[in-house]
Amino acid sequence: MASSDKPVFDPRDRTWHPKGLTPAYNSSVLRSPKRALLQMPPSLSETSGPVFGHKMLGEHDADLLHNAVVDGDPVGERIVVSGRVLDEYARPQPNVLIEVWQANAGGRYRHARDGYLAPLDKNFSGYGRCLSDEQGNYSFRTIRPGPYPFPNNGPAWRPAHIHISLFGASFAQRLITQFYFEGDPLIRHCAIVNAVSNPAAVDRMVAKLDLDSAIPFDALAYRFDIVLRGRNETPLDAEHS
Amino acid sequence: MKKRLHETPSQTAGPYVHIGLLPDAAGIDVKHHGIDIHTGLGSGTPIVITGVVRDGAGDIVKDALLEIWQAGNDGEFADGHKGFARCHADFETGEFRFETVKPGQVAWTDGSLQAPHITLMIYARGINIHLHTRIYFADEADANAADPVLNAISEGRETLLAKPDTSSNNSYRFDVSLQGEAETVFFDI
Repeated sequence: MASSDKPVFDPRDRTWHPKGLTPAYNSSVLRSPKRALLQMPPSLSETSGPVFGHKMLGEHDADLLHNAVVDGDPVGERIVVSGRVLDEYARPQPNVLIEVWQANAGGRYRHARDGYLAPLDKNFSGYGRCLSDEQGNYSFRTIRPGPYPFPNNGPAWRPAHIHISLFGASFAQRLITQFYFEGDPLIRHCAIVNAVSNPAAVDRMVAKLDLDSAIPFDALAYRFDIVLRGRNETPLDAEHS
Repeated sequence: MKKRLHETPSQTAGPYVHIGLLPDAAGIDVKHHGIDIHTGLGSGTPIVITGVVRDGAGDIVKDALLEIWQAGNDGEFADGHKGFARCHADFETGEFRFETVKPGQVAWTDGSLQAPHITLMIYARGINIHLHTRIYFADEADANAADPVLNAISEGRETLLAKPDTSSNNSYRFDVSLQGEAETVFFDI
C-alpha cells in the first residue's frame, strides 16, 4: 500500500489493551461483544473531534484539595500528580482535556450508588479536570485515594487508583483508563488490572513516586505519563530507515 | 527510526463514572467548576434519540454512560465542542436521551459521501475498553444503501439503524445490545 493511502490512524493494538471478555473480572462476562469488532479506516467522523478550552475550566478544577471545601481541607495524604501526554510517535499532545474521578482517602466515592461503610468526606468530591499545556504537560493536586472492596467472583479489593479520561484532537484518540500507585501490593491481585495481560502494559498504568516534584512539608508527588494514539504521519525517511 | 510508543492501556470507566464525566448526576455540587460539556446544536432539524443498553442476559445496563460526536446538517464538523454531547442511562429506567440535530453527510476516505450518522461511544462497569459504534437513520434508505461502512457489515447491519418513532415527530429509537442475538455492531476504527 502506498504511504499516501495509509489510514490516518493505525488500528489499536488489541493485544496490548484488555480484551472485552476477561472472565476473572465478572462484570465483563455479559457486557462484552461476542462478534469480532469490525475494522474500518477512520474518516473525518473519527479524525475530527471536540475541542475544549480554558474558558470552560473553573479556577479550582485541577485542585481536588480545594474544589469541594466546606470547612477545611480533605482528610488524606496530599499528593501532586503530573505527567506528559504524548502520542505514539512521541509528539507532545497539547490542549488535551483530562477529567479525573476517585474515591476519598477511606476508599469511598461521593456517588449515590456507593454504599461502602467508609465515611464520606464533606470536603472532598473526587472530581477534577485540567488541560495539557503546549508541551503536553498536565498536573493536578488531590489526596491519595484509599483501596476499597468490590463484589467480583467473591469479595475482592481494588488497589488505590484514579480514573482518568482524555480527549486528543481526534475522537479516534478517545481514552479512559485508571492509574495505580507504585508499590501497592493490591495491584497484582486485581482482576480489573489483570484484564491487561502484558506485564509491560500493566506497568504503564502505574504512577511512579516523583520525590523531586514533592512540595516540601506539603505534598508528595507522583508521575503518570500518558500515550494516546498517533496520527500516521511518520516522515518517509523514518519509514525507510 | 524513532521507536513507536504503545498507547496507554484502557481500563473500565467503572460504576462511578458519573463523578468525573457528569458530576451533576452523581450529586456533586459543581458550583466551583466551569461550565459543563454539552452540545451546541448548531443548525439543522432538531431530533431526539432515546434508547437503552442491554447486556447479554437482556438486562438493562443502568450505569452506562454514552458520548456522541457528529457533524451539523451541512456535513461539516463545527469548531469547538459543538456536536459533542454525553449523557447517562437513567439510574431507575436505564433510558438514555440525546437532543441534537440530524447530521448531514460526511466525506468518506475516497471523497464520496457517507450516509448521515452519529459516532457513539459506550462506557460502563465491565466494559474494559470503550465500545465504538454509529447511529444511522432508518429513514435514510438511499444514503444508507451507498454507505461504505454499512456495506462492509456482513451481519447485524440493522442494529445501527435508529427507527423513527411514529408517535412523535423527529424522534428516533436506538437500543444497544452489548452481547447476544441482537448484538450491536461495534467498530475498531
